[in-house]
Amino acid sequence: MSFLRRRKPKVSNPEPQIDEDDDEKEKRKRKQTAEKKRHKWSCIDSCCWLIGFICSTWWFLLFMYNAMPASFPQYVTEAITGPLPDPPGVKLKKEGLEAKHPVVFVPGIVTGGLELWEGHQCAEGLFRKRLWGGTFGDLYKRPLCWVEHMSLDNETGLDCPGIRIRPVSGLVAADYFAPGYFVWAVLIANLARIGYEEKTMYMAAYDWRLSFQNTEVRDQSLSRIKSNIELMVATNGGKKVVVIPHSMGALYFLHFMKWVEAPTPMGGGGGSDWCSKHIKAVMNIGGPFLGVPKAVAGLFSIEAKDIAVARSFAPGVLDKDVFGLQTLQHLMRMTRTWDSTMSMIPKGGDTIWGGLDWSPEGFYNCSAKKLKNDSPHTTGQNRKRNNGSKAGVNYGRIVSFGKHAAELHSSEIERIDFRDAIKGNNLANTSDCDVWTEYHEMGVGGVQAVADYKVYTAGSILDLLHFVAPKLMERGGAHFSHGIAENLEDPKYEHYKYWSNPLETKLPNAPDMEIYSMYGVGIPTERAYVYKLTPPAECYIPFQIDASADGGNEDSCLKGGVFSVDGDETVPILSSGFMCAKAWRGKTRFNPSGIRTYIREYDHAPPANLLEGRGTQSGAHVDILGNFALIEDVIRVAAGATGEELGGDRLHSDIFEWSEEIDLQF
Amino acid sequence: MALVLRLRKLCYVEPAVKCSSVGFQSCDDQTKNNENKDEIFNLSKVEESVSEKRRKKKKIKREAKEWSCINYCCWAIGYICTVWWLLLLLYHSLPATLPGFKVPESPGARLRREGLTALHPVVLVPGIVTGGLELWEGRSCAEGLFRKRLWGGSFTEIFKRPLCWLEHLSLHNETGLDPPGIRVRAVPGLVAADYFAPGYFVWAILIENLAKIGYEGKNLYMAAYDWRLSFQNTEIRDHALSRLKNKIELLYVTNGYKKVVVVPHSMGVIYFLHFIKWVESPPPMGGGGGAGWCAKHIKAIMNIGPAFLGVPKAVSNIFSAEGRDFAYVRAMAPGVFDSEILRLQTFEHMMRVSRTWDSIVSLLPKGGDTIWGNLDWSPEEGHNCNLGKKRNAKPSSSENNLNLSDGTKAFIEQEPVKYGRIISFGKAASELPSSQLPTLDSKELLRMGFSADFNLTCGEVWTEYDEINRESIRRVAEFNKAYTAQTLLDLLRFVAPKMMQRAEVHFSHGIADNLDDPKYAHYKYWSNPLETKLPDAPDMEIYCLYGVGIPTERSYIYKLSSSNKCNSIPFQIDSSADGESGNCLKNGVHFVDGDESVPVLSAGFMCAKGWRGRTRFNPSGIATYIREHQHKPPASLLEGRGLESGAHVDIMGNVALIEDVLRVAAGATGAELGNDRIHSDIVRMSERINLRL
Repeated sequence: MSFLRRRKPKVSNPEPQIDEDDDEKEKRKRKQTAEKKRHKWSCIDSCCWLIGFICSTWWFLLFMYNAMPASFPQYVTEAITGPLPDPPGVKLKKEGLEAKHPVVFVPGIVTGGLELWEGHQCAEGLFRKRLWGGTFGDLYKRPLCWVEHMSLDNETGLDCPGIRIRPVSGLVAADYFAPGYFVWAVLIANLARIGYEEKTMYMAAYDWRLSFQNTEVRDQSLSRIKSNIELMVATNGGKKVVVIPHSMGALYFLHFMKWVEAPTPMGGGGGSDWCSKHIKAVMNIGGPFLGVPKAVAGLFSIEAKDIAVARSFAPGVLDKDVFGLQTLQHLMRMTRTWDSTMSMIPKGGDTIWGGLDWSPEGFYNCSAKKLKNDSPHTTGQNRKRNNGSKAGVNYGRIVSFGKHAAELHSSEIERIDFRDAIKGNNLANTSDCDVWTEYHEMGVGGVQAVADYKVYTAGSILDLLHFVAPKLMERGGAHFSHGIAENLEDPKYEHYKYWSNPLETKLPNAPDMEIYSMYGVGIPTERAYVYKLTPPAECYIPFQIDASADGGNEDSCLKGGVFSVDGDETVPILSSGFMCAKAWRGKTRFNPSGIRTYIREYDHAPPANLLEGRGTQSGAHVDILGNFALIEDVIRVAAGATGEELGGDRLHSDIFEWSEEIDLQF
Repeated sequence: MALVLRLRKLCYVEPAVKCSSVGFQSCDDQTKNNENKDEIFNLSKVEESVSEKRRKKKKIKREAKEWSCINYCCWAIGYICTVWWLLLLLYHSLPATLPGFKVPESPGARLRREGLTALHPVVLVPGIVTGGLELWEGRSCAEGLFRKRLWGGSFTEIFKRPLCWLEHLSLHNETGLDPPGIRVRAVPGLVAADYFAPGYFVWAILIENLAKIGYEGKNLYMAAYDWRLSFQNTEIRDHALSRLKNKIELLYVTNGYKKVVVVPHSMGVIYFLHFIKWVESPPPMGGGGGAGWCAKHIKAIMNIGPAFLGVPKAVSNIFSAEGRDFAYVRAMAPGVFDSEILRLQTFEHMMRVSRTWDSIVSLLPKGGDTIWGNLDWSPEEGHNCNLGKKRNAKPSSSENNLNLSDGTKAFIEQEPVKYGRIISFGKAASELPSSQLPTLDSKELLRMGFSADFNLTCGEVWTEYDEINRESIRRVAEFNKAYTAQTLLDLLRFVAPKMMQRAEVHFSHGIADNLDDPKYAHYKYWSNPLETKLPDAPDMEIYCLYGVGIPTERSYIYKLSSSNKCNSIPFQIDSSADGESGNCLKNGVHFVDGDESVPVLSAGFMCAKGWRGRTRFNPSGIATYIREHQHKPPASLLEGRGLESGAHVDIMGNVALIEDVLRVAAGATGAELGNDRIHSDIVRMSERINLRL
C-alpha cells in the first residue's frame, strides 16, 4: 500500500496549462482544483479500477460457474453435437454387466507420480509433495533442485545419499498425470459404474525410474503386488485378477510374472502355478514389448521429434548457454541415471528391427493410412497395391548420419568401425561445464568416429550406446538384456536380467490365461532417425537430429529427420503387436503352454471437436486409455468375458504380414 | 495477471492522459460491459479539446459524480488485489526459513542425530470422524463428485448441496450398510487422515517425524476404514480387516521379519482391539490367523487418546445431537438452531444422519455402573475442577500424585458431584440423594414405547423422535430423573430403537462374568475390553498415551425443549444450569479431567488396572504402560496448535508423544521409555472401581 502511495504525488502533478486566455483568477482557481481532482483519478487509480473491475468480473463469473448445475456442460454439448453416446460403463451396466474379476493396473513410465520423503536443504517444505506429476510447480520454482532430486545415483542406479523419492501409492498415483490430463481416470470411472471400487481395483504403482528388479530391492514393489493380488483373489471368492498394464508396465508385469514364480531370494517364491492360479488375463495397452526407437533418440541425444521440430524453427534457443539454462544437458544427465529407459531400447536386434537393407515394414506407405481409414479389415490387398510404386524405406537403419546415408544401398556406404576408436580426451576445458554429461568425457576423435560409422541398426545401436553412455549401459546391462535366446532351457536365462525381454523368456505355465495386445494405429510413429554432428562448442551434446532432412513429397515417411511408420505415436506396431501376432501365437518356444493371445487394434480418429477433449476414439499412446471401444473391451473381460466372446482379433494394420517377414525360430 | 501488471507499468511511465487512455482501451477490449464508463471517458476526452470553460466545468462536475460508488468499489478491490498479489509474491520469494527466526528442531530430527533409525514397521489406525470418505457411486444430485471427498478436505459440498450431502453420508437405517445406489468409501493410504481439512493436521506431523528417521511407504501404513460402519461390517463390505491383516503380514515379511508397532487413535483403539480378536478367530467370523498371530506380528500397540470404555459425549450425541459447544451457542443465541426459517433444522438432520452410523454405539460408556458410577457414587468423585490449572508446573510420579490428591481432598465441597448420573433431568435431580428420586424400572420404558396414538400430522418423519408420542417423552423425563451408565442404555433403546437394535448386534457394553463362556466368541464382544481376553502374546506391549488437564464432558443436565413443533428434538442440554465457581458444572455439563473428548477414566483404566499384570482380561500378562501428557496451550500463535497440547486430536503434534512413538518404533521398550508417566488421579480412581480381575 505504501509503495503505491508514495508514487501518487508524482503522477498527480498538475499538467502544464494549455489554456492561455484566462479571464478571472477565481474561475481559474476553481478550474484548477477541478482538474486536480480529475487527475487524482488518472493513472494508478485507473489501473486499480481496472484491476478491481477485472477481479470482480472474474469472481462473479467464478461464482456463476460454481453455482451452475453440474450437468450444464453436458446440456450444452448435447445441444451442439446431438446426444452423446453413453460412456461404456453406463452402457454395459444397462446390459447387466457386474464387477467380477478384481482389476490390477500397472502404470507405465513417466505417468506415475513420485513424491519426496527426504531431500536436501533446497527441497524444504516439499515433504510428501509430488515432484513428478501434478502441477510440476517446483520444476519452475527451483529447477536445479528438482533435477538434483529426480536424478538417481550414477553408480548404483538407486537413491542418491540423503534423497528419498518414492512412488505415490494408490489409485491417485496415476489417475491424472497433471490436473485435467487423465491417464487411468476415465477407465477407473467406467469400471466404477459397473461396481468396481477400491477393494477390487489396485494400482500397482512403482518407481518407474528404477530397473525392475531394483524396485523390489529398494521398495519391495514386486512383493507388494504379489501380496495384493493374493489378497484380492482371496477376498473376492477366488476370482482371478485381470491385469491391465500400460506402456512400460507391460514389460514390468512380464518381469513380475517371471519373478513371482522364480524361487527366492531372486524371485518371489510363488511356485510354478502362481500365475495360472491368480491371473485370468493380461490386457496390455500399448505395450512396447520389443522396445521403442524413441528410447534410442532419448538416450543418444535427449531429443525426439518434437524437440527436433522446435529446434528447426528456432535454432539455437535450446542450446543457448545464456541464462545458464542448458536444459537438454540437464535432462540428459538426469535421464541417463534412470535405468528403466534401458528396458525400452529395441530388442531382438536386426532379426526383428531389420538390417541395413531390409526391414519388416519394408514398403509401408506413409500416406496409405489416410485411405485406409474406411476399410479396416481388408489389409492384405491394401498393401500389395503400393508395392511397385515406391522404393522401400530402410527402417532398419535406426540411426544414420546424413540423409544420403539413410538412403544409399548398403554396399555403397563407407563405414569405419568406431568400436576400437579412441575416445580421446576432451581438450576443451570441462571445468567450465557445470553440467555433467558423459559426452564431455569423449574427445573430438570419438565423436567423429561415431559419425563415420554412418549407419546403425538395432544390433549396432547397443554398441553405439555402450560407446557414448558407458556408465548407463554398464549399470543397466546388469538388469536388462536385448537379445534373442537361442536355447531357452539354458540355465543362464534364470537370471532376472532376461525376465523383461519376451524374446528371452518363456511365458508361465498357465494355459487358461489370456494375453491381449491392445494398441492404437493410424498415427505416424518414430521409427528411424537421421542425425548430424553439432558444431563443437563448450558443454554441448555433439549429435542432433537433422531436422532439415525431409522426404521429397508429401507422402514421404521422412519428416524433420525422422522416419515414421504406423503406430500409436510412441510405439510402432511391430513392437506392440509382434509377440501376440506371432511369437506367442499358439504353442511356441516362448509360450510353451499355449496361452491364447489376442490382438485388438484401435484406429485413431482425432476428436471431432474441442468439447470432446482428448477424444473418445483416440489411438494415441496415452489418450487411448479414454477410447470407448478399448474401455468396453476391458470392462467385458473384467466382467468375465473371454477373448473369443470379444470377437478374437480386431485388426486395422498389416501386423500379420510384417510378422511373416521376420525370420525367427519358434 | 501479467497483462494487468504490464498495463500498470505502462500507466506508470506514460504521462497521465495517455496512460488513462491505455487503461481504458484495454478495458474496452476485454469487457464489453463497461460501455457506460467508456462513454464517460470519451466524453472527457472530447471535453479536453474543447476550451469552453463553462461546459468543461459542468462535465467535470458530472464526472466526479460518476466516479462515485461502483467505481470506488472497483478501485478499492483493485487496490486490495494488487497489494495482496504483491504480498503473495513477496511471500513466495521468501526463503523457506527466515534467518532470524529459529524453528524448534523437530523430535524426528533430534532423534535421528541420536542415531535412531526405522526398525519396526508402523501401522496407523485413525479414529472416528478424522478419516476421509469419498464417493464411488451416487445419486444424480452428486454428479461430478466421483472419487471426490465428501468427508474431510474442504467440505465444500456441504454448502453447495447440503441435502444431497446428508443423503450420501447416511447409511441404510435397517442394515447399517450402504443405501441402494450409493457407495461412499474410505479414502485409502496415508492421505486418508494426514490432514482432516487443509491445514488441520491429524497424523501429518507424526508421519513427518517418522519419515525423518527413515520411514516411508514401505514400512508405514495407514489402516483406513469406513468409520461409520460397525467394525465387523467394515470386513463384510470392504474387507478392511482382511486388508489390514494382509498388510501387516506383508510389512512383517518385507522388513526383515520385524514385528509391527501399531498406533491407533481414538476409536481406532477399539477398532484395533476388535481386529486382534478377529484375526485370531477361525473363519468365517474371524480372520483365521490362528492363536499366536498377534505374538508373531505385533510388537506394541500405542493407543493414543484411547476410548476403551466409551465416552459420555457419545450419549449426548445420540440423545440430542449436541455437545458442549452446541449447548453454549444455544445459550448465547436461543432460537437460531431451532428456527424453521430456511428449513435449516441442522440438528435434526445431523441426528438423522448420525443415527445411521453404527460406530457411534461403540463409543457408548461400557461397563455400566461398576465403571461409571451409580446414582450416588462415581470413581471420580472428589475431583476438583481447578486442579488441572494448579498442577501444571509440578512434576509427577504416581506416588507423589496420590499424596497430593489426598491432600487436596480436604478442600473440596462436602457434597461430591454425582458423575454417575450421566443424564439427569433438571439441576435438582443431579444433586438430590438417590432416595429422593422418583424411580421407574427402566425396563418399563420399553413397554410404554410406541403406544397407539402416533400421529402423522408431521408428514415426513425426520427423526425417530417423531415416532414416539410426546406423552411418553414427557414420562421419560418425569418418572426417572437420573440415568446412570446402565439405565442409559435402556433410555437409548427407547429413544433410538432402530439404531440400538441394529448396532447391538455388533456391540456390547457389559462386563463379562465368565470370559470362558462360549458366547464371548461372538464378534459383538470383541471391541469391549471388559468382555474379551487379550491375545496370548506375552512379549507384546500396550501403551495408553493420552492428554490430561482439559475439562472433559462427563455428565449432562437435560431439560425438555420448549418447542413442541414437529420434527424437533424434544430434549436439550439445560445450558442455564451452572454451578458456583470452582464447581464442575458449567452450562449444563459436568466436567472431569481428560483430553477434551475422552475422560481419564476411559482412557487409562484398562492400562492402569484392568490389564495391569496378569488379570482375567489379560491372561498372558502383556505389559501395559500409561503415558500421560499434561496439556499446555500453545505459547504463541506461531506454534499453531501447540507442541505440548493434550487435546484429543492436537496431541498428535505433541513433541513428547511423538518422541515416545519414535523411540518405540526404533526398538525401545516401555521400560526404556521410563515406564509410567502419570499426572492425573487415574490410579486412585481405578482403585475405587470394584471389578473382579
